[in-house]
Amino acid sequence: MQDLVSFLNSQLQTVFGLSETLFPYVAAAMVLAIAFGFTVFAAVYAGVFIFFERRIAGRIMSRIGPNRVGPQGLLQFIADAVKLIFKEDIIPTSADRPLFKLAPYLMFIGVVAGFAVLPFSHRVIAADLNVGLLYVLAITSITVVGVLMSGWASNSKWALFGGMRSAAQLVSYEIPSGLALLPAVLLSGSLSTQEIIMAQAGSPEHALTAGGWPWNWYIFHSPMMFVCFVIFFIAQLAEGARLPFDLPEGESELVSGYNTEYSGFRFGAYFTAEFANTWIAGALCVIVFFGGWQIPGAAVPSAEAIAASGATWTWFGYSIEYAGWGAFWLEALSFLFFIVKMAGVVFIIIQLRWTVPRVRIDQMMTICWKYLLPLTFACLFLILGWMIVLPWESTAALVVRIVMALAGAVLLALYAWRVRYNIHSAGDKVYPHWII
Amino acid sequence: MLQSHLPLFLVLVVALGLGVFILVVSSLVGPKRPSAVKADAFECGNPPSGYARERFGVKFYLVAILFLVFDIEAVFIYPWAIVFSDSTRGAGTLSPLLVVVEMVVFVGILMIGLAYAWRKGALEWGPEHGKGLETTTAGH
Repeated sequence: MQDLVSFLNSQLQTVFGLSETLFPYVAAAMVLAIAFGFTVFAAVYAGVFIFFERRIAGRIMSRIGPNRVGPQGLLQFIADAVKLIFKEDIIPTSADRPLFKLAPYLMFIGVVAGFAVLPFSHRVIAADLNVGLLYVLAITSITVVGVLMSGWASNSKWALFGGMRSAAQLVSYEIPSGLALLPAVLLSGSLSTQEIIMAQAGSPEHALTAGGWPWNWYIFHSPMMFVCFVIFFIAQLAEGARLPFDLPEGESELVSGYNTEYSGFRFGAYFTAEFANTWIAGALCVIVFFGGWQIPGAAVPSAEAIAASGATWTWFGYSIEYAGWGAFWLEALSFLFFIVKMAGVVFIIIQLRWTVPRVRIDQMMTICWKYLLPLTFACLFLILGWMIVLPWESTAALVVRIVMALAGAVLLALYAWRVRYNIHSAGDKVYPHWII
Repeated sequence: MLQSHLPLFLVLVVALGLGVFILVVSSLVGPKRPSAVKADAFECGNPPSGYARERFGVKFYLVAILFLVFDIEAVFIYPWAIVFSDSTRGAGTLSPLLVVVEMVVFVGILMIGLAYAWRKGALEWGPEHGKGLETTTAGH
C-alpha cells in the first residue's frame, strides 16, 4: 500500500500539480481511502456480479432478467441492498445470540481481507505480501468458521445440516486448490502474487517473447499445468459453493443451508461474501495461470533496471516512461487486460451454474479425495520432472508453450462454436451475429 | 514486516467497521415487530419439533481429521517449493534432485496414509456405506 500511496502521490504532484508540503495529510487520507475502496469494491463487485449472473441466467433460459432499475437494470443490486437494510432483523429465540451475530462478520471479513493481496495492475494492490498466495488461501478459510458458526448458532435443522455439509466441502476442496497452485510457486520461486505475475514472461529483449503473451502464461507451461488449472478451477467452484457444488445451500433439499435463519442485512453479508468470493476465485486463476495484468509485449523493468536507468517500459520498440500520464495509461491498460481475463473466467463460472446439475454429496467427496487429490500430486511430480528437463528459459520450452497456446486457442474456438450451436438449436438468435 | 502487514489490518478494520455501520443503520431504520412465531426456527411452516443439535454423522469428523493431515502437509510443501526453486537456480546448497527425492519420500508416506483411509472406507459417502453413521437414527 505504501507503494500505491507514493505512486498516487507522484501522480497527484505531476498530473494535478499538488503541492508537496501537503503530502503527510494527503497520504494519511489516501491510506484510509484505499482501505475503504478495497472494502467497497468487494461489495460493489458482488452487486455487479449478481446483475450479470441474473442477466446471463435470463439469456440462457430465453427470458429477459432484471432490466427495470437503472440502465438495463444495472442498479438492481443497489435497490436490493437498500431493501435488505430496511428489512426486519430477526434472531430466532432458540439461537445462540452472540455466535449468531458474529458469524456474518467472519464471512464478510474473510472474503474482503482476501482482496488485499490480489493485484489489479502493476501498482494497484493493497499489500504485496511475500507470502501472498498462502495468505489468501489461509484468510479465505475463515469463512469455514463463519459457516459452521452460523449453522450451529441458528439452532435450526436446515442450518445445521447446511453448515456441516458446507464445512466438510470447504475443508476438503481446500487441499486440491492449495496444491494445484503449487506448480506456479515452483516455477516462479515466490509466493508473492506480483512476483508470480512478473515471472510469467520470456526474454524481455523482443516484444514477441516479453511478458503478457499467452505462451508465457503458466497454464500453457505443460499439459500437466493445464490439468492443474482445471483442478484449481473445480476446487474453487466448490470453495465458493457454486454449482455443480452448491450442496451447502441446495434449495430443493436444505431450504437455504447455513443461512436459513438469517434475514435483513445479516443475510446480505452472506450474500455479498459469497458472490465477492468469485472475484477471489477468478483473480487467482488469472494471476497464477493467465499471466495476471501483464500487457502483451510490454517488458516490465526489473528493480535493477529501474535503479540503473529509471522506470521505462518498452512496448514494441516504443519506450514509455513510467511517470505522470505515461504511468497512468500503463496502469489503466494493465488493469484492462486483467479485467478482460477476469470477465472470461467469471463468465464460465456463471455459465456452468446454468449448465450442469448439482452433484450428490458422495460424488462430491469422491471427486475431491479419490480423483483430484492423487491427480494433483501426480501433476506436481510430473511438472517437477518437466522443469528439470525443459527449463523455462530454453527455446524448446518456448516452442512447447507456443504449441500449447495454439491448442488452447483451438479449444476456445471449439467452445465458442459449441455455445453458438446450442443457442441456435434452441431457436434463439445469436448476437453479436458475427461470432464465428 | 509491520509496514507490509499494516494495510492488511487496516483493510480488516475498515471491513469490520463497514459491516457494523450497515448493521447499525439497518437496526435503526428496519421495522421491529417481533412475534413468537416469527422468532421460531424455520421448519417449513410447522412448529419446530425437538432440538436441532442432535448427534451427527461421524463421517464429518473423519473428513475433518483427514483435512488436518493433508492441509498441514500442503502448508509444509509451500516452503519446500521455495527451497526447490532456489536450488534449481543454484541459490541453495542442496541439489535439486535431492530436494525432489526428499519430497517424493514425504508425499509417498502420505499417499500410503490416503490409501489406508481409502481402504478403511473413510472416503465412502454413498448410501450403501456406513449405514447409521450419516443419520441420527436411534438404535445404532
